[in-house]
Amino acid sequence: MKILVPVKRVVDYNVKVRVRSDGTGVDIANVKMSMNPFDEIAVEEAMRLKEKGVATEVVAVSCGVTACQETLRTAMAIGADRAILVEVPAEVELQPLAVAKLLKALVDKEQPQLVILGKQAIDDDANQTGQMLAALTGRPQATFASKVEVADGRATVTREVDGGLETLSLALPAIVTTDLRLNEPRYVTLPNIMKAKKKPMETLKPADLGVDVAPRLKTLKVVEPASRKAGIKVPDVAALVDKLKNESKVI
Amino acid sequence: MAALVIAEHDNTAVRGGTLNAVTAAAKCGGEVHVLVAGAGCGAAAQAAAAIAGVSKVLVADAPHLAEQLAEAVAGQVVAVAGGYSHVLAPATAFGKNVTPRVAALLDVAQVSDIVSVDAPDTFQRPIYAGNAIATVQSADAVKVLTVRTTAFDPAPASGGSAAVEPVAAVADPGTASFVGREVARSERPELAGAKIVVSGGRGMGSAENFKLLEPLADKLGAAMGASRAAVDAGYAPNDWQVGQTGKIVAPQLYVAIGISGAIQHLAGMKDSKVIVAINKDAEAPIFGVADYGLVGDLFQAVPEMVGKL
Repeated sequence: MKILVPVKRVVDYNVKVRVRSDGTGVDIANVKMSMNPFDEIAVEEAMRLKEKGVATEVVAVSCGVTACQETLRTAMAIGADRAILVEVPAEVELQPLAVAKLLKALVDKEQPQLVILGKQAIDDDANQTGQMLAALTGRPQATFASKVEVADGRATVTREVDGGLETLSLALPAIVTTDLRLNEPRYVTLPNIMKAKKKPMETLKPADLGVDVAPRLKTLKVVEPASRKAGIKVPDVAALVDKLKNESKVI
Repeated sequence: MAALVIAEHDNTAVRGGTLNAVTAAAKCGGEVHVLVAGAGCGAAAQAAAAIAGVSKVLVADAPHLAEQLAEAVAGQVVAVAGGYSHVLAPATAFGKNVTPRVAALLDVAQVSDIVSVDAPDTFQRPIYAGNAIATVQSADAVKVLTVRTTAFDPAPASGGSAAVEPVAAVADPGTASFVGREVARSERPELAGAKIVVSGGRGMGSAENFKLLEPLADKLGAAMGASRAAVDAGYAPNDWQVGQTGKIVAPQLYVAIGISGAIQHLAGMKDSKVIVAINKDAEAPIFGVADYGLVGDLFQAVPEMVGKL
């Protein structure tokens, strides 16, 4: 069984982005870029399925600029067998629907039984691509997974939902998106980084896949959110309770 | 021009977030209709018809819609979506699961987690964990939106008298089946809509210590929340997580205890009306957003606070 794992190159989790003063977006020049954390969990889950003997091949894919090669090398250092880059120039803003269409074309080509994606990317916070891919391929989906088991042509997936957990059984082929508690990704070791450099990486263009990636949404402006000012420090619990009762009157 | 709201419900009642989505839908400029897709969901449909501002309720009632799986609900939405200018759902686990599937089937973009409707085709939404607010315009024929519930007041749950119209249920795609659900039963209010939230972080130290917050939550009639660090450490259940990738809350009062205040956590609570922080580290970033900060030992402060309330 083959597993396809899409990974996105995003501004690192620890970077606090700055809004450009001209309102055109956020400044990502010279900031640290990393693999989207949810996608790292997706690669790890695919590797665990391979180590259990459920999967035979793990293929990482990324859509974006040339530098996404680094993200794919990271995926292969975690253990992915090979990688596909769908190269899109920096001036084209890739939106979730376009990415889902690119992935759909790759699913048609590669025929994976399982596609595991992060539930959301921490840059645009859209939380759309996995569900869109499921719709376009007509495959069942289990989003926000905290446990995945594969047996007898089905995936049994526990999902994090409001108020608790829900378990679904999906007929393969299927689409799964990861939540935080699915696993803890392994550390990438130097020997595996070296090995990853020798693994095959294919580069395609959207036109090779017959996909129009023109954006549907136009960003008119990007601004800083209304900032919240720090209040006061209270000396003790009595003062705190007094403020809540008599100043802000919230209790 | 009319907007269709996908109701989140449990077949007997409409869930809270639906009311906020109705308010957002009303701002899109036309009539507001609601789709209730479920099984034996007549009571939920009646509840939807009573929401102020709703002029029509479409009901698809079929056994395979009972658990409202994404495949079935999305197919149902697409079957009735013709003629609507907007399709909306609350940005809850339910809405986030279903709505992008609808957008892709309609071949349109989705605008996630909107916090403002500036014009029928222009919306504001947070990006980068709320560190920036983007204004986006959609050129698509149908605008598919998920609604950040804390950014829109709930529509009144009564006062409306919408017509209820049955629609044919689409066939069961049959590729996914429901196995089970573990829902934590609690007497406390639901986290997403609570007026007061008491949240604990890594500073609580253990799952046992986390229970220290329960008497405080009980005294305040509060829902309980947690930071990602506390959830990852196993101190609190997954669905208590407040933050960028967990729940977004904006209560009247948010009490952050032993929470340092990572940007991902602030993204989930900084729109609260009043924020209280109790932390022993005076330099913790949480104090940068707190209205009232108490630097001290939470293990003393929390029981003391319970005693004074």
